[in-house]
Amino acid sequence: MEPEKIIELLGQKFEGEVLSSGTDHGQTWAVLKRDRLADICRFLKDEPDIKMDYLIDVTAVDWLPKMPRFEVVYNMHSIKHNNRIRLKVPVTEEDASVPSVAGVWKTADWHERETFDLFGITFEGHPDLRRILMPEDWEGHPLRKDYPLEGPKWEFKPW
Amino acid sequence: MGLIEGRFEENFVTTKIDWVINSARACSIWPMTFGLACCAIEMIHAYGAPQMDFDRFGVIPRATPRQSDLLIVAGTLTKKMAPVLRKVYDQMPEPRWVIAMGSCACTGNIYQTYSVVQGVDQIVPVDVFIPGCPPRPEALFYGVIKLQEKIKNTRYIRKPLFQEETL
Repeated sequence: MEPEKIIELLGQKFEGEVLSSGTDHGQTWAVLKRDRLADICRFLKDEPDIKMDYLIDVTAVDWLPKMPRFEVVYNMHSIKHNNRIRLKVPVTEEDASVPSVAGVWKTADWHERETFDLFGITFEGHPDLRRILMPEDWEGHPLRKDYPLEGPKWEFKPW
Repeated sequence: MGLIEGRFEENFVTTKIDWVINSARACSIWPMTFGLACCAIEMIHAYGAPQMDFDRFGVIPRATPRQSDLLIVAGTLTKKMAPVLRKVYDQMPEPRWVIAMGSCACTGNIYQTYSVVQGVDQIVPVDVFIPGCPPRPEALFYGVIKLQEKIKNTRYIRKPLFQEETL
């Protein structure tokens, strides 16, 4: 199924969940509400005509000072049909959380941990949400736009 | 050696204890095998390649800090790696020296970020800084020779109260 058709189908099947969509440079994207994200992803993965069986990436964008501030981005690819779509979920700074899709794609586990580590977005229902790159006692989330360039004042701590 | 030169039978040599100790130390600087980033590759082939061949200056890389005299910090030191570097330094027996090789080790270079230590002198005392990204093998060589000069100018017997700046 063509990527535009997939988004159209999503709009029919999940009434009111697709906020906007489009195609830029041959890449189809859709902005979704966050509440039924896991259901939508499950549908995209299991439907035989769509079969988005490969989650390429989960990441986030900090649009400071725009509101809502964050946008969680899911890139996915169907190996069977060889097409891609991109889902974007806007979240606010005060309530920076989205449903986890780790139950749908196993690979989302570490991707979501990385997004949590660097952007501070929590993923509801994630099996093991803790930092993956930064040290465990690190404060703050470095890829946020308001994070200082060299980080907070760092002093060498003997172990 | 002045007055006592030639007063003893054959096979006796008179010399200064400082000279003996310093020569022994300066001519067998065994560096710790410790590489962090791209500078490590430069360092490795500077050790071994026939153009430079550090072996002829007694610079022979050792596999353990317990046998090493010199720590060449070659590459970008991240904050996550900093405790490891300090631990390696603490495990080395004295006297020990440190060379910061490359701009990343000296100042952090372009990595003015949250994850990189802005100069390894925040972690360990550094004897010689070698700038460059990465430094030419000749520059590393020059740094080692400078360190040898520093070692040879150190006094152990009748140590001055304040060691004068020798480098």
